Amino acid sequence: MADRVVWSVSELSRRLSATLEERFPTVWVEGEISNFKVYGSGHAYFTLKDENAQLRAVLFRNRMRRIRFEPADGLHVLAFGAIELYPQRGEFQLVVELLEPRGLGALQLAFEQLKERLGREGLFDPARKRPLPRFPRKIGIVTSPRGAALHDMLRVIGRRFGEIHVVLAPAKVQGDGAAAEVAQGIRELNALGGVDVIIIGRGGGSLEDLWAFNDEMLARTIAVSKIPVISAVGHEVDFTIADFVADVRAATPSQAAELVVREKRLVADSVGELGRRLVRAMHRRLEAQRARLEAVRERRVLTDPHRPLRDLTRRLDDATARLTRAARASLRHAAHRVELATRDLRARNPVARTRHDRRRLDDLAGRLDRALARGVDRRRHRVNGVAGRLNSLSPLAVLGRGYSLTLTASGEIVRSVTQVAVGDEIGVMLDEGRLEARVTERKEHDERPEV
Amino acid sequence: MSDLKFEDCLTRLEQIVTALEAGNLPLEESLKVFEEGVSLARQCTRYLDDAERRIEMLAKDESGATTTRPLNWEEEER
Repeated sequence: MADRVVWSVSELSRRLSATLEERFPTVWVEGEISNFKVYGSGHAYFTLKDENAQLRAVLFRNRMRRIRFEPADGLHVLAFGAIELYPQRGEFQLVVELLEPRGLGALQLAFEQLKERLGREGLFDPARKRPLPRFPRKIGIVTSPRGAALHDMLRVIGRRFGEIHVVLAPAKVQGDGAAAEVAQGIRELNALGGVDVIIIGRGGGSLEDLWAFNDEMLARTIAVSKIPVISAVGHEVDFTIADFVADVRAATPSQAAELVVREKRLVADSVGELGRRLVRAMHRRLEAQRARLEAVRERRVLTDPHRPLRDLTRRLDDATARLTRAARASLRHAAHRVELATRDLRARNPVARTRHDRRRLDDLAGRLDRALARGVDRRRHRVNGVAGRLNSLSPLAVLGRGYSLTLTASGEIVRSVTQVAVGDEIGVMLDEGRLEARVTERKEHDERPEV
Repeated sequence: MSDLKFEDCLTRLEQIVTALEAGNLPLEESLKVFEEGVSLARQCTRYLDDAERRIEMLAKDESGATTTRPLNWEEEER
């Protein structure tokens, strides 16, 4: 056992590490991603596996930026990198430099993934699309100053409507930083003011060449642009994310220019045509008015101008006659009323009334006198008659026949001697005159003859 | 017109022509819009005649602010 060679763990690890790195400086490994996780540091850790084995892998943050799709569990990938031993845990791992999806190309996958995500966010929503101005005065173009795209667009513009204001925002259209420059151009044209429409684009190229137009940040810049954006990237068959998010996709830069710049001749024609229609419409309007006027003139009112006058005269005569009749009737009625009122007034005249009353009074006085006289006579006759009859019945009447009445001093008629005493004063009423006497003697019985 | 964009100008002209062609405006109104239409048509034509060809390129000045400078089209076209 003396010849045993004993390594420390560290030494062995170091030697293994050296051997691995020497033997496998870089490798391509194919497998399926699992347990993909991005840590706070920005580095991502995952496992590459197939049916029988697993390999730890790390993707550092600075490498991650170069990966153009989004690694995810279950994706079948080709990984390129170096094998390293991680001595602290006794594990070896693949330090990934490049990662490509197996099957679809990496770019294609990234494109599909971004397209799906932005689509879900609604960035491609047709409702978001703004209409292009029909007659832009100022066109902003974001492209390379040296590219074929600019050349094509300016040629179309010059041919159709040369007198137009074009502002170029120069930008790299491929390679690192291209997307950022295009986005910057869009922002600057927005800030410049007066730009009616923006065209971003470039000529045809490989998928790699067009890649800048699949950038997420550029897509979002297009989405928030206040000015409508036309995307014109590559050829007709090339579709980019910018195409989906832009307000209009043009198949080529030339077509973009054709979309916004109308042919001056056609515009001028259309202005001219509008002018002619304007005049024609007005002319028709006036003709219609004139025709109406003519139609009115044709009517009899205007052809026999005396007719209405005659009618009017007759109506006036009628009215005058009726007025006269009515006035007369009214006058008669008034006169009658005045007469009645006068009569009434006269009747109520106080002077007349006094005279009338006096007359009535005299009349009444006369009648009263006569009535009185008549009444007195009648009553006198009656009194005379009654008095005669009364006379005959008067007790005094017997006095005429010689009888007399004896009265006490107090006026009572003396019917019995008992009523008086000797010496009493008595009166004796005779038919003519009266005697005052004194009782000298009283006799209870006299010698009156019995009847 | 200076403030009215060519497009607004043309749109208004189209409206006027359509309204006049419909023929249901009162005569006074017709004459009024007709005058406006004639003026608009003249303005549109003048706009087309006066349109100016300008091609500029955004550039930064010394202070870093964005300005524009003329771009030589022919030079680019070669």
